[in-house]
Amino acid sequence: MSATTLPPHVRLANEIARQFAHQPADVAALAIVNHIRAVWDPRMKAALVAHVEAGAEDLDPVAALAAERLKAPGA
Amino acid sequence: MTLLKEPDFGTPARPGDATVELTVDGIAVTVPPGTSVMRAAKQAGVDIPKLCATDNLEAFGSCRLCVVEIDGARGTPASCTTPVAPGMVVRTQNEKLGKLRRGVMELYISDHPLDCLTCSANGDCELQDMAGVTGLREVRYGSGVGAGANHLELPTDTSNPYFDFEACKCISCSRCVRACDEVQGTLALTIEGRGFDSKVAAGAGVSFMESDCVSCGACVQACPTATLQEKSVIELGIPTRSVITTCAYCGVGCSFKAELRGDELVRMVPYKNGGANEGHSCVKGRFAFGYADHPDRVLAPMVRDSIEDEWRTVSWDEAIGFTARRLREIQAQHGPGSIGGITSSRTTNEEVYVVQKMVRAVFGNNNVDTCARVCHSPTGYGLKQTFGESAGTQDFKSVDDADVILVIGANPTDAHPVFGSRMKKRIRQGAQLIVIDPRRTDLVRSPHIEAAHHLALAPGTNVAVVNAIGHVVVTEGLVDRAFVESRCEGFDEWETFIAQPEHSPEAVEQITGVPASEIRAAARLYATGGNGAIYYGLGVTEHSQGSTTVMAMANLAMATGNIGRPGVGVNPLRGQNNVQGSCDMGSFPHELPGYRHVSDDGAREVYEQLWGTPLLNEPGLRIPNMFDAAIDGSFRALFVQGEDIAQSDPNTAHVFAALGALELLVVQDLFVNETAKFAHVLLPGTSFLEKDGTFTNAERRINRVRPVMAPRTGKQEWEIICELSQAMGYPMHYASSSQIMDEIALTTPTFMGVSFARLDEAGSIQWPCNLDKPDGTPIMHAAEFTRGKGRFMETVYVPTTERSTRKYPLILTTGRILSQYNVGAQTRRTANVAWHPEDVLELHPHDAEVRGIVDGSVVALASRVGRTTLRAKLSDRMPVGVCYTTFHHPVTGANVITTDNSDWATNCPEYKVTAVQVDLIVEPSGAAPATVAVGRR
Repeated sequence: MSATTLPPHVRLANEIARQFAHQPADVAALAIVNHIRAVWDPRMKAALVAHVEAGAEDLDPVAALAAERLKAPGA
Repeated sequence: MTLLKEPDFGTPARPGDATVELTVDGIAVTVPPGTSVMRAAKQAGVDIPKLCATDNLEAFGSCRLCVVEIDGARGTPASCTTPVAPGMVVRTQNEKLGKLRRGVMELYISDHPLDCLTCSANGDCELQDMAGVTGLREVRYGSGVGAGANHLELPTDTSNPYFDFEACKCISCSRCVRACDEVQGTLALTIEGRGFDSKVAAGAGVSFMESDCVSCGACVQACPTATLQEKSVIELGIPTRSVITTCAYCGVGCSFKAELRGDELVRMVPYKNGGANEGHSCVKGRFAFGYADHPDRVLAPMVRDSIEDEWRTVSWDEAIGFTARRLREIQAQHGPGSIGGITSSRTTNEEVYVVQKMVRAVFGNNNVDTCARVCHSPTGYGLKQTFGESAGTQDFKSVDDADVILVIGANPTDAHPVFGSRMKKRIRQGAQLIVIDPRRTDLVRSPHIEAAHHLALAPGTNVAVVNAIGHVVVTEGLVDRAFVESRCEGFDEWETFIAQPEHSPEAVEQITGVPASEIRAAARLYATGGNGAIYYGLGVTEHSQGSTTVMAMANLAMATGNIGRPGVGVNPLRGQNNVQGSCDMGSFPHELPGYRHVSDDGAREVYEQLWGTPLLNEPGLRIPNMFDAAIDGSFRALFVQGEDIAQSDPNTAHVFAALGALELLVVQDLFVNETAKFAHVLLPGTSFLEKDGTFTNAERRINRVRPVMAPRTGKQEWEIICELSQAMGYPMHYASSSQIMDEIALTTPTFMGVSFARLDEAGSIQWPCNLDKPDGTPIMHAAEFTRGKGRFMETVYVPTTERSTRKYPLILTTGRILSQYNVGAQTRRTANVAWHPEDVLELHPHDAEVRGIVDGSVVALASRVGRTTLRAKLSDRMPVGVCYTTFHHPVTGANVITTDNSDWATNCPEYKVTAVQVDLIVEPSGAAPATVAVGRR
């Protein structure tokens, strides 16, 4: 069963992260952040960053790493 | 325009160069080897009388009306069955031939009702024509009732809602039977009896409606008399003019002649020169057009302040003014990004283009998405990543050259029936078939069709199966090394990845449920059986790994060199008629027209200069994101063009909550659909019979949609968007839809050479159409991939999180059936309901028996998000543990059940995997199911 009670940006970030779980964390984080940059609306990115700053509850650790990179220029 | 009658050459064209010279009645003609004398004569301008011959069917030689004399040949051979030979001298007219033909006609007419003046085919009857052509003046055997044994008392079968079978007028030419066999491939019709008792029958002693007939209309089209005749022609009379246009249903995009009397549409006849369908049709395109003048059509704008209020019918000015004012008020209060729009795959390219332009240039954001989000968005993503273009690689005709056809997650005989018929024809000619589908679809086994391999995988394991095929290709040395080395990149990494033991058929057998030996055999066949062509549908895309499967299939095609020529490729079968076009037109929130990312400064600058306004360089909201944002309050207004998201999108409870939270919902549609129940403005739309524009089908073929009649609402849909934009303060003016296409061509490289004039001249064009390819591109990636090198992608199988449990032990998949289309808004308002009056739940007899369910039982279907009731249909084509339903009827509300799981890359919903429980409610005699309960998230 999927955890539909998660906030959408957390659920979606976790879904992306699962696809790259076989890769080293830094490689996976880069792939995740590139994907999010390419297709996410700014408010969703901001919500993900805010979620990480608030403790990243229920967020995949590699997705959290990716979210950290969203703060960088170009995010 | 007058009634268009395409020339009939009597027998099919033969391939090859015209090398055989002959003379017909003294006229020299040169044709390809294998051409019939009849066809050669027609090419020479000589019409040979015929009744049983028509050029979409192989010659049959039964009527003997086409007899000719050939120098050096004995007797009078039938010209339809006689192939040409070099130096042949043919005579088609002399006293002897005339006498023979009159004799044949005499026999036909002696057993035919002589009611020509009152017959529904009067003026459109080949038998009548041939009586004239042959100079028939008397019938020595008498005619009519009482003149001897005859068939004049045979009853008429009126069971089909669209056509009658008036058996007394049948001349037993077998054209209908052969059309059903050769063109449609259903083999529902036969000639029963021998000799004088021979007669056409639909099955054994049953009516057309009770038979296997799929009502494609091929038999009606083939009939040379009034025996098989459209009810509309019987009622209204023979049409007097034609308009060539494009079907409004599936992604095959069939061309039709809309045939009218005055302004009244009498019938839709498939157009022989249509590039997609070449004269064939299905029950929807051929017959199900009655919704266009259904009384439910909304013809004037309506508004209301609250969804609790009654609708008020208002003028266009008031509706547009109201909408513009509310949109600007909401933006002023909640920000520019608080509004957005959804485009439709049922509207034209031009209509879609102006909506995305309105969102980007007038709303000032990128919050535009399209219904492809819920069907083929993974195709766009996966094929762009691997090949560099978000589109299928082939034209439909390519399947004629396929040696091995791999169908994954598609049911073309139901969902893309005209292409399905073409595919079946190729399989009957000897192509091998591999089907990867949990269900035993009709393609797996039907008359004269049998799949070499049916990989009945567990729902949600596509990637594991396709990877396993790739594993076999690599580890058994079946890679096309020359292709890979010259055309691709990333192969070495992919080879290492896919060769890992966890991708072997043996390793995934437990996961997929497919015997390893079957996967190995299928892989060997695909890789070594000649031209291998992959066709896929929503059974691939509507999964949590939809995009990954698309990329995995692209890997397979590249590894085996099955790209860039006829007979191969990776081919999405698009659901709706303009899915390809709506995506091409910049409907995705991250892409401008032509699939250029919004962060591409050069692409954005083209539009900024032309449109005179800056554009955002960041993606906007996708449809599921819009729903989430509506619930969290950051998204307040939505413009929905021609889509019924309340019925079609997953997790109905969530969708209802989102729509209910909007301050303004504007719906542009033909009907007050389920979404409109949450709307504040309803802008009436135009049917395909009223539109003026283009559709782009699954093979990238741009077809003209020509107005058959004036818009019943008084406005084209693009005009409404222009007026709304102007009311919001942005000048958007076009004199015609042709001008919109000119702007598309000016700004979109792949459409550079497209215009209405060019389309009218060529019939249709497959993009890319540019300076290099002025006539379009039927087959892509021939010399190199759009992105240069084809890119292999690692495609790790990640199981879906939606799994069966003790509480929800079955897996539900959803889909469509032949007679209905999408949410049923169109087909439910036609006689097609005769075949599918309600959605049913198909499940395996074992799963039914343990629950006390019998065929016809009313059952409760529940998932973790919702519950509905519907009738059960037991079917061993379902595997144990898997059940299936359609979403054509809102009363059933199948999407009450589906969840908001989605493809990781595109958010395309995972319609194909929902854990459910099924419980018996009442026995078959119980009340009809009609309740829907929406659970909370």
